[in-house]
Amino acid sequence: MTPRTEDELAAIIKGADAPLRIEGGGTRPIGGRAVGARLSTSAMRGIVLYEPGALTLVARAGTPLEEVEAALAQEGQRLAFEPMDHRGLLGSAGTPTIGGVVAANVSGPRRVQAGACRDFLLGVRLVDGAGRIVRNGGRVMKNVTGYDLVRLMAGSYGTLGVLTEVALKVLPAPQAAVTLRLSGLDDAQAVAALARALGSPFEVTGAAHLPGKATLLRIEGFAAAVAYRAERLAMLLAPFGAVTIEDDPATVAATWRDIRDVAAFHGRAGDIWRLSVRPTDAPGIMAGLSGVEALYDWGGGLVWLLAPEGSAQAIRAGVNARGGHATRLRGAGADAFHPLPAPVAALQAGLRQRFDPRGILNPGLMASM
Amino acid sequence: MQMPAPNPAILSRKAELVARLRAVLPADAVIADPAETRAYECDALTAYRCPPMAAILPSSTQQVSDALAICHEMGVPVVPRGSGTSLSGGALPTADSVILGVARMTAVLETDFDNRFIRVQAGRTNLSVTGAVEAQGFFYAPDPSSQLACAIGGNIAMNSGGAHCLRYGVTTNNLMGVTMVLMDGTVIELGGAHLDAPGYDLLGLVCGSEGQLGVVTEATLRILHKPEGARPVLIGFDSNEVAGACVSDIIKAGVLPVAIEFMDRPCIRATEDFAHAGYPDCEALLIVEVEGSEAEIDAQLALIEGIARRHDPVELRQSRSAEESAKIWLGRKSAFGAMGQINDYMCLDGTIPVSALPLVLRRIGEMSKEFGLDVANVFHAGDGNMHPLILFDANRPGDLETCEAFGAEILKLCVEVGGCLTGEHGVGIEKRDLMGHQYGSEDLAAQMDVKDVFDPGWLLNPAKVFPLDASRARRAARGRAA
Repeated sequence: MTPRTEDELAAIIKGADAPLRIEGGGTRPIGGRAVGARLSTSAMRGIVLYEPGALTLVARAGTPLEEVEAALAQEGQRLAFEPMDHRGLLGSAGTPTIGGVVAANVSGPRRVQAGACRDFLLGVRLVDGAGRIVRNGGRVMKNVTGYDLVRLMAGSYGTLGVLTEVALKVLPAPQAAVTLRLSGLDDAQAVAALARALGSPFEVTGAAHLPGKATLLRIEGFAAAVAYRAERLAMLLAPFGAVTIEDDPATVAATWRDIRDVAAFHGRAGDIWRLSVRPTDAPGIMAGLSGVEALYDWGGGLVWLLAPEGSAQAIRAGVNARGGHATRLRGAGADAFHPLPAPVAALQAGLRQRFDPRGILNPGLMASM
Repeated sequence: MQMPAPNPAILSRKAELVARLRAVLPADAVIADPAETRAYECDALTAYRCPPMAAILPSSTQQVSDALAICHEMGVPVVPRGSGTSLSGGALPTADSVILGVARMTAVLETDFDNRFIRVQAGRTNLSVTGAVEAQGFFYAPDPSSQLACAIGGNIAMNSGGAHCLRYGVTTNNLMGVTMVLMDGTVIELGGAHLDAPGYDLLGLVCGSEGQLGVVTEATLRILHKPEGARPVLIGFDSNEVAGACVSDIIKAGVLPVAIEFMDRPCIRATEDFAHAGYPDCEALLIVEVEGSEAEIDAQLALIEGIARRHDPVELRQSRSAEESAKIWLGRKSAFGAMGQINDYMCLDGTIPVSALPLVLRRIGEMSKEFGLDVANVFHAGDGNMHPLILFDANRPGDLETCEAFGAEILKLCVEVGGCLTGEHGVGIEKRDLMGHQYGSEDLAAQMDVKDVFDPGWLLNPAKVFPLDASRARRAARGRAA
C-alpha cells in the first residue's frame, strides 16, 4: 500500500485489520524486519516549504533524503545532525527518506557537538494507529506549546504513528573542514585525547577512534577560524603524540562519511551492535568482551561493535553495569532492543496502547522488554 | 480565569493529610498554617492567586516519593514548584492542592569534565549550575532571564530557553537525564550520562510537560567549555521592517551568531531612561553577539557589519571592551525591569517564522491603536521568539481585561503566520484557553493521552495546559471533580 495523501493513509489505517509494516525507503531494517503488510510513505513526497533565512525546511515524510540535502546544498545549508546511511552496514537497498531518518532518529558523528536528529526536529504530522491525524510542534525554533510529541515521535520507529510531514531546523554549511589525526593510541588513551579535545573551546564536530588505525578529530567553520583552531587543538593534544592535519575537502568528507556509515564493517560477517555509553566507560566495556571488533565515535560515547552471534548477554551485562544502552542493528533474535526497567517499560507500553490501540503498527519493533 | 472548584472531600481531610506528610518529612518541611501557605499563592504571574491547602519542602528523592505516594492514595492534587518564577502561572495552586517545592534540593551530585556533564538536584538555580563548573572553564548553556533565581526543575518543566538558544538550543537540547517521581511514588530514571534513549524519548516528552507527568528531583545536564571570547555589535535602524530584513540576511549569509536581540523604539526609550546603556535614538535596535577567538570574532563581525551596511543603519557600534559589552547587554537585560518602572505590563511569548517579523510588528502596531494600549517589543529575533510587552494600568477598571484581549489577539496572529503561542514561558494557565487556536481536538487528545498514561488520576499540576472543557471527561472518568 502506497498512499499519496495523509487522508488516504488515515483511511488505510482505519480500515486495517492486520499488522502493517511501515516503510519509508526500507533502508533501515533495524533489529530485523517488522511483520505485516507493507505500507510505504514513498508517494507522500516533496519539500513543502524551505526558508533559508529562517533556517527551516518542511518536507513530506516520503521525500528522499537526497532531495532534501540537494535543496539545502543549493543555499549553502545542511542537516547538521549528519544522518548516516545504513545501506552498507545492513546490506539493504532502496532510497532513504527524511521520514525514515526521523522515525529512527538517525544522526552521525556531529551529534556529539550539534545534537541528534531529535534536536533539529521542529514539528511533525502523523497518522496514529487509530487513524487519527495529529499535529505537534510547528516550524519555529522555539515552541513550548503543549506536550512535546515531536521528540516522542523521533526514534519511535513508526510504532506510535506513521509520519506524514516533518519540519526541521537546518544550519549553514561550513566554508572549510579539516581532520586532525593521531596514531598509536590504545582505546583508553584515545578516549582521553578525544575528551580533552571535546572539552576545549575549539568546537570539535567529530571525535572518533578506529582501534589500531587512527584517532580522528574534525573542525569545521570559516577557513581562517578552522586553521586557527586546528593549530591550537594540535598543541593541546601534543601530550598524546604527533598530530597531522588533513585539509583536502574530498578526503575530509570521505573520512567522516566512512565513520558515519561504519564503512569498516561493511560486508563483514557477524552481528552489528550499537552502544551508547558514558565515553570514558567505553574502553572498560570493550575490555570485558572477547571476539568483538569496535569503532568509537562521539568521543567514545557511541561504540559500533562487530560481534559473534549470541553476544547479547555479555554486551548488555557490560553496559548495564555502567549505564547506557545497546541495540543490535543486524543479527537474529528477538532481543535487538535494549530491555527497559519495569516502570519505564510500563509507560512505554501505555503510550503504545494509547497511540496504537489495536497493536497494528510495526508490531515486534521496540518490543524487547 | 476559570479554575476547577476545590473538592470539599479533600479539604475536609487536611488534618489527616498533614499528619501523614509529617510522618515522612522533617517537621519544618510541612507547611499547613494559612498565614504561611500564602507565600505560595502565586508565581511570577501575579494576576492570579490562590493559597494551597499545604506546602511541602522535601530534600531528597525518597521524601518526594513518600509524599507523592500519600497524596496519590488520598487523591490530593500536587503542584510542583521550582523557584516560582513562571510567567505563565505554571505553579499556581488550587485551594485543594499541595505545593511540592524543590527549593531545599540544591546539591551538586556529580561533575564530570571528561564526559562533560553535571548532575544536580532539581532545586538548584540555573546560574549556580554554571557557578559549579566555571572555575574549570565550563558553563551550562540555557540562560533564561530569570537565571539568577529560577530552578533547574522549573527549567525542565517549562523547557526554558534564553537569549543564546539560536546557537545552543533550549533546555531539551541540553538535558541528558532525569530522576523523576511519578504521582504514585514510583521513582524512574530516564537518560543519564550517555546520549539518546533506548526506547521512546520519554526524556524529551517529560521536558516541557509543565510538571504534569512527574516530579523531577535530579537532572543530568550537558556542560560546554566556554568560548574563548564573545563580542556584541549594536545596530540601529530607522524602521522595524529593515531591522527584520537584516536579521534574515545575517542568518542566510552563513554566520550563526549566538544571539540576535531586537528592541523597538518604545523599549529602547524606556531602557535608556532606566539603564543608560547608551543606545541610539532610533526605531529598531539589534544586538548581535558572536563568539570565538579575537580573530574569529573580527571576521564574523566584519561579515555582519557588511550585511548591516547594505540596510543603511543609523548606528553601527562594535563593542571595544568588556565594559562596553556589559553595557550593551545591560540595557537588553533590564528591559523588563525598565518597563515595570513606568507601567504595569503583560509580557507575551509567541514565536513566529523570522520571515513574518515585519508583518507581525506592523499588525501589532495597528492593534495597539485599536485597543488603545501601548506595546513595547523586545525579543530573540534570531529564532523568532517575540516578547511584546503590553502596557496597562492595573488600577484603571477594565484595563487588565483589555490587555488580556489584546494579548490573545497577538498570540492568535503568531499562530496565523505559522508560529506558536509560547516559545519559552509555557502554557500554564495563562495560555491554556488559547490552546484550541493552535491545536485541533485530535492534536490535544493525543497530548492528553500522554497525561492519562503518566498520571491516570490527573492529580499533578491540575488545570494547566489543557482547556478545562477539553480535559473534563478524562478528569471525571478518573474520579476527580470536573
